[in-house]
Amino acid sequence: MLLRAAWRRAAVAVTAAPGPKPAAPTRGLRLRVGDHAPQSAVPADTTVAPEAGPVLRPLYMDVQATTPLDPRVLDAMLPYLINYYGNPHSRTHAYGWESEAAMERARQQVASLIGADPREIIFTSGATESNNIAIKGVARFYRSRKKHLITTQTEHKCVLDSCRSLEAEGFQVTYLPVQKSGIIDLKELEAAIQPDTSLVSVMTVNNEIGVKQPIAEIGQICSSRKVYFHTDAAQAVGKIPLDVNDMKIDLMSISGHKIYGPKGCVIWVYTLWNARALMGSHSPVPFFRFGIGRFTTEEEVDYTVEKCIQHVKRLREMSPLWEMVQDGIDLKSIKWTQH
Amino acid sequence: MAASSRAQVLDLYRAMLRESKRFSSYNYRTYAVRRIRDAFRENKNVKDPVEIQTLVNKAKRDLEVIRRQCPLSNGIK
Repeated sequence: MLLRAAWRRAAVAVTAAPGPKPAAPTRGLRLRVGDHAPQSAVPADTTVAPEAGPVLRPLYMDVQATTPLDPRVLDAMLPYLINYYGNPHSRTHAYGWESEAAMERARQQVASLIGADPREIIFTSGATESNNIAIKGVARFYRSRKKHLITTQTEHKCVLDSCRSLEAEGFQVTYLPVQKSGIIDLKELEAAIQPDTSLVSVMTVNNEIGVKQPIAEIGQICSSRKVYFHTDAAQAVGKIPLDVNDMKIDLMSISGHKIYGPKGCVIWVYTLWNARALMGSHSPVPFFRFGIGRFTTEEEVDYTVEKCIQHVKRLREMSPLWEMVQDGIDLKSIKWTQH
Repeated sequence: MAASSRAQVLDLYRAMLRESKRFSSYNYRTYAVRRIRDAFRENKNVKDPVEIQTLVNKAKRDLEVIRRQCPLSNGIK
């Protein structure tokens, strides 16, 4: 009886408090340490006590995986989901014309973002599909004369899977290693290009470690050696300046949901290309990492960092390895027994 | 057409901030307030009346977006 009265009082207090109060961010903010953090780090708060007020959700720090939809994007899309629902390819009536006009406007916006021509933009279902089209398409188109591709070891899984499936078809793929900085060695790239190389695929910005590859230089090398250059620019578009002509990029994959757009719609840029689409597989890589975006606040970052330090310290205290380190033992000298 | 006066621009600024504070999503709310402040501050020294009117028109359109999207995003649980 007593408990229920206290609960009702608490519930009333929550509803009475005005929602928006940017000055008190730490109250009620919960931590989500990466999306795939080790299970012991922070207990997953899937069981939240039912509250009468606004539902408290964890802080979102996985922006490189996907971004929330910007309200302006939703506002721009809604008319076409509600009233203007025509198929853009219906050329014979107004519903089709207005949808087509909207699509062409979108195409123009994307083109101006990356310095391309609107006719070079193709809409696909995702960066995965775009990467598959680019890599498998180019490789198979030149199958008769060129059998070699170059990519890096830090590419996204769909790129690596495409290359692997091409290897099974008889192509030869060079996976360039990255230096300690995460950036490829341009000299190694130049050395790897053979007379029968058809495509080089290097992502612009890495989704795990955030390094920016020297795209303009790579584009220069590729164009001088007459090799096509594909880049997975999913993490780079809208964040760093990109120009497909200046950087001599032949094919570029862009992901809508990494730039505050919806999932299930992506853009693929091609110049002078016509390739078949083939789906590949994609699964997330578990990794302890943070990503922030335009909707992240300083308070969220500070709170997350504090929580992270607190929990790492707590876990570290439980670890015998930490005791050894504190005693001055070099971890590399430990002989591990097999279990 | 006479360009917007200082008073009108300030009214618009206040209206945008007021509407933005109604987002129940912490992230949308803080972003909207921050972005509005930054954008108005960035353009505070613009003198050309045509440019001012263009910016004001864009701000008015964005105010409409906030007015539409606030109840929509607040209403979804």
